[in-house]
Amino acid sequence: MTLARILFYLMSFIVIGSAVFVASTKNLVRSVFIFFITLFALAGLYVLALADFVAITQIVIYVGGILVLILFAFMLSSRENLNVLEQQNNRFISIGKFPALLLAGLFFIVLLNMFLKLDADNLGWVKQAVATNTVITPNALVTDNIGINLMTKYLLPFEAISILLMIALVGAAHLSRKEELE
Amino acid sequence: MITLTDFLLVSAALFCIGLYMIVSKRNAIQILIGIELMLNAAILNLVAFGKYDSLHNSGQVFALFAIVLAAATTAVALAIILNVYRRYKTIDPGEINRLKD
Repeated sequence: MTLARILFYLMSFIVIGSAVFVASTKNLVRSVFIFFITLFALAGLYVLALADFVAITQIVIYVGGILVLILFAFMLSSRENLNVLEQQNNRFISIGKFPALLLAGLFFIVLLNMFLKLDADNLGWVKQAVATNTVITPNALVTDNIGINLMTKYLLPFEAISILLMIALVGAAHLSRKEELE
Repeated sequence: MITLTDFLLVSAALFCIGLYMIVSKRNAIQILIGIELMLNAAILNLVAFGKYDSLHNSGQVFALFAIVLAAATTAVALAIILNVYRRYKTIDPGEINRLKD
């Protein structure tokens, strides 16, 4: 039981526990704030998977950008709307939510079965990577390599995504403009 | 040593919680949070497998792309939700049943 493994169990416990809390809580604003914790713990899991740059990006973009946007939309919808939503039967397990619970549970069983049968650590290409020593080690310079790859091998997807981001921003600005009176 | 199966199990649990939120919630913003949870499960898988490719970093690069795409999705979805709220005075997807005309 190494330190990394203990940290992994801690992080995954926080991730799953806070995600369950997000799904089950009555208070909507609190669920958004608990979602912060889920995303932070996920960033910790990325660090444990030796992807520190992705972890920092997760914190900057998700926690800094997306959650603030969601909170914004929350505050812009009115208060009586929130009150109506809180009045509804919002227990985690109730008869109205049974189909959703059943669907999610069955899907989880299918995924569990698949992952346990897959035995991902003995896949062909994973074994080959271990044999040819192309596994990322904790003291490797991953971020430098990501930068070089982003500008050489993955230049086309990079540009495509930049165009898509611009289209999305223009579309969002267009959608949220004030409707003119006719 | 953290094995790949551990990461896969965590992401499976996260994905199913997101699925539950999408099916059961009656608030468009919470459904959006469910979608974000599912996206994060996928990104966790990309990052976990990306550990075995130190030459091209394909997993991590595409995890970055997925995060950026999630940001774009959220911006557009929230603009749509605000528009829907302005028109219907509710963001319950079950009650939005009319087109513009």
